[in-house]
Amino acid sequence: MPTMLRVGLAETIAYRAEMIVWILTTTMPLVMLSLWTSVADEAPFRAYTQADFVAYYLGALIVRNLTSNWVAWQIAEEIRMGTLSMRLLRPVHPFASFLATHLAALPLRLVVITPVVGILFLTAARDVVIDDPARIGLFVLAMAGAWLLTFAVFLAIGSLSFFLEKSMSLVEVYFGLFMLMSGYLIPIDLMPPWMATAAEWLPFRYMLGAPVEILIGRYPDAAAVAPVVARTWAWAAVMVAAAAVSWRAGVRRFEAYGA
Amino acid sequence: MIQVRDLKKHFKVHKRPPGLAAALRSVVHRTYTTVKAVDGVSFTIERGERVGFLGPTGAGKTTTLKVLSGLLHPTAGEVSVAEHRPQKRAAAFLRQITLVMGQKQQLIWDLPPAETWSLNRAVFGVAPAEFDRTLAELTELLDLKELSQKPTRQLSLGERMKCELAAALLHKPTTLFLDEPTIGLDVAMQVTIREFIREYNQRHDATVMLTSHYMDDVVALCPRVIVIDGGRLIHDGDLRALVKSMMPDKRVSFAGAMAADVIERLGRLVTQDSARTTIEVPEDRLREVIGHLLAGEGIGDLAIEDPPLEDVMRKLFKSKTADAS
Repeated sequence: MPTMLRVGLAETIAYRAEMIVWILTTTMPLVMLSLWTSVADEAPFRAYTQADFVAYYLGALIVRNLTSNWVAWQIAEEIRMGTLSMRLLRPVHPFASFLATHLAALPLRLVVITPVVGILFLTAARDVVIDDPARIGLFVLAMAGAWLLTFAVFLAIGSLSFFLEKSMSLVEVYFGLFMLMSGYLIPIDLMPPWMATAAEWLPFRYMLGAPVEILIGRYPDAAAVAPVVARTWAWAAVMVAAAAVSWRAGVRRFEAYGA
Repeated sequence: MIQVRDLKKHFKVHKRPPGLAAALRSVVHRTYTTVKAVDGVSFTIERGERVGFLGPTGAGKTTTLKVLSGLLHPTAGEVSVAEHRPQKRAAAFLRQITLVMGQKQQLIWDLPPAETWSLNRAVFGVAPAEFDRTLAELTELLDLKELSQKPTRQLSLGERMKCELAAALLHKPTTLFLDEPTIGLDVAMQVTIREFIREYNQRHDATVMLTSHYMDDVVALCPRVIVIDGGRLIHDGDLRALVKSMMPDKRVSFAGAMAADVIERLGRLVTQDSARTTIEVPEDRLREVIGHLLAGEGIGDLAIEDPPLEDVMRKLFKSKTADAS
């Protein structure tokens, strides 16, 4: 694994320009930020003050950048080009090699979002962000869970490329649902109750909204945070299993039909 | 050792005629045809053999190699490679084989080949000292010194192929499946790769199964050839015996002019231009014809060769097609 991570990092560095451009194009939270801060200009909107909104959307920007990946595109491309064969002939599970590549991209992502973190602590939003070790610890766990959950969702979507020629159009469908139900556009506690309830039960919230809510102190204490982290990891486990099943079926098909 | 018993690989292929109406119809009613890519092939290859695997485009060569390396499940039949069932892709099996496809690459495009090599070292669990030794050996045999630190995208096709071979052989596999390893390479590079494959085979007693469109590769490397066409085995045996049975005549070529009626008496004319004449002569008349040519005035630069393997193959496929119909 250390060598796989090192080579993954070398690859990330080789693609640094593309990666930085890609990260910088994640601007949606900034658009929403300007919208909501003007809404909350004079008085808080429901339970959100202007500082809450700033903290929420900067938090969303950080979480989104740290958790996103391109593994679905990678799998689709390798299936299309037939280079997946080379991966299948190595005595290591392809998930492990994909995992190494994507974990290795994290340091660069951390560097790129550092200014956003800086801004977060330079504004009034810093008063909103949690500062007790218990909740910070749980936030890190929630982030790790969100990362794994997002990675597994894209592994599962990528695995569908074994069955569908244009599986990447599924990413569009996924992304539409994600925008609505994850809290990416609107914080979940500002949604109509039925939607908030639905979001509670779907996985999307645990990829973004949940860690952001934890970060900006929407949960009073560690006891209130713990079940959210537990649900994040439960969803991550479910999606890893789903990705594994989908991958296995896909590879069977690949072995039957070739590429 | 490779053992293949009655191997079949059939694909179900969705068939759709061109046109919008057909496209719409295929949404509700799909028609399938079965393509028999490999249809009952058997052979055994002993450890250390170098075997050419030949056949026209679409004969089932790549499909067979993919089954043997574990990428495709056989539809029927028994396959055993290095005492493993390939389709299980067990780690112990993958460590013993390699598949090189001239058209596909495993090198990471934007990093120097050395990175892919060290990745493979880790993945295949090669001990560092062993890795250094093998890499030194491959560097010497393939002359990789200048290439290992250059990003793969900056390498020429031939340089890249040499680095691909190194990546494929760092774990010292004992069974090599080489699918068109010299495709697109210039003649000098083809010769380099060929010599390297022979050297590797002899040093490590490795089994080599090679497909190539360049018959020179096969002639230079493979004492034995397996020929398939339409998914069926049509020849398995010694290359020279095949040439002899299909085209027993030798080709005699020489520089200088000769009258048409004389040529006709000596043998069958193959080609003739102002500089050179090539005729085909039955082997039992060879001595007599050579004697005649040597005695002739203004005749020189005499050469005797087997007919090119391309011609032998063409004749073989044609005769088998005629048999089938």
